[in-house]
Amino acid sequence: MTTKTTEGPILGQTFIAGLWRENPVFRLLLGMCPTLAVTAAVKPALTMGLSVIFVLVCSNIVVSLMRNLLKPHLRILMFTLTISTFVTIADLFLRAFQPVMSERLGPYVPLIIVNCIIICRAEACASKNGLVVSIVDAVGMGIGFTLALCVLAGVRELLSTGMIFEAKVMPAWFVPWAAMSMPVGAFITLGLLLGLVNKLTKGKS
Amino acid sequence: MDTLNILLVGFISIVIVNNLVFTKFLGICPYLGVSGRIDMAFGMGMAVTFVVTLSGTLTWLIDHLILMKMGLEVTRYVCFILVIAGAVQLVEMYIRKFFPSLYESFGIFLPLITTNCAILGLCLFINLWGIDNLLEAVVLSFGAGIGFTMAICIMAGIRENLNMADVPESLKGAPITLITAGLLTLAFMGFAGMIR
Repeated sequence: MTTKTTEGPILGQTFIAGLWRENPVFRLLLGMCPTLAVTAAVKPALTMGLSVIFVLVCSNIVVSLMRNLLKPHLRILMFTLTISTFVTIADLFLRAFQPVMSERLGPYVPLIIVNCIIICRAEACASKNGLVVSIVDAVGMGIGFTLALCVLAGVRELLSTGMIFEAKVMPAWFVPWAAMSMPVGAFITLGLLLGLVNKLTKGKS
Repeated sequence: MDTLNILLVGFISIVIVNNLVFTKFLGICPYLGVSGRIDMAFGMGMAVTFVVTLSGTLTWLIDHLILMKMGLEVTRYVCFILVIAGAVQLVEMYIRKFFPSLYESFGIFLPLITTNCAILGLCLFINLWGIDNLLEAVVLSFGAGIGFTMAICIMAGIRENLNMADVPESLKGAPITLITAGLLTLAFMGFAGMIR
């Protein structure tokens, strides 16, 4: 009975940790490349986030199941092989059902393989914990990543085109900041957002 | 003469105009993580240059001689990552044997070269751009490594000076590094459109 009562809060904490306290983008600074590259607009950012959730959950399940068979020196290799298999599935799926989005994301879909978040979760969580904890952790981290991507993309899309989700929201006099859709905008927006998060959490921690 | 011209233009383009760090956001993790001191940044750049040249060449050969001939393009990502992991293992063993102090200071970042997006990214871009000439693939891979080294060394130089600057409390650390990177990118945007 005691295990049942303690398991619930722990799972909840694992889930919440991915959303804010250990948010992969804002707190752990992992997975920077896709974060910066696909956030010119909300739609590709959301597609990227969902693909990452899929890959993260699947690879965490597999790694968790085979965690007792892993040899230490071959660990990373096994992780990357597992991940690249699922990324291939996600890539083929996107190419078949979302050809326009697949074209737009280009090589950044296969680059999910080297997204540090996934390897980090496989190493830090799935290779040490059971199936349920690993799945909850993957979902929490994945949603945290997607949210961070969408916030960044929302700011950039709003300022660079005056639109969100391709619907106009800014008044007519608004002059779009073209620089926000370029690499410059990505770096500076993320820098300022991180600064904001630091300021918000400084008092608490 | 003509091929030499193409190679030269390709090299300059990948080092300056289409620099992987500044325009494609590849290799950002070590770019932010290891750029604290200039000597470490240079060592990292050299290691990445070696791995990227080796794996760029090998993946081109595997892609063209095996995968395309046998219709196994589906397994492309799995093969690429295997080649890269092998190359990184090689570099790791070499550095541990001959430069033990450098090996110590790299720590976790050395095996993490495997997950450096710049390397897999370049292999994918070579495939995407349809490079059908081995020599061009080698030059492009080497150029990508040099471009990465240049970017990370510039960044390390700036950050060494940034230590003495008065930065607002909440922007210390990663945020100010990202903003600096943004301004650096702005400078490199001046080269955009110069070649291709």
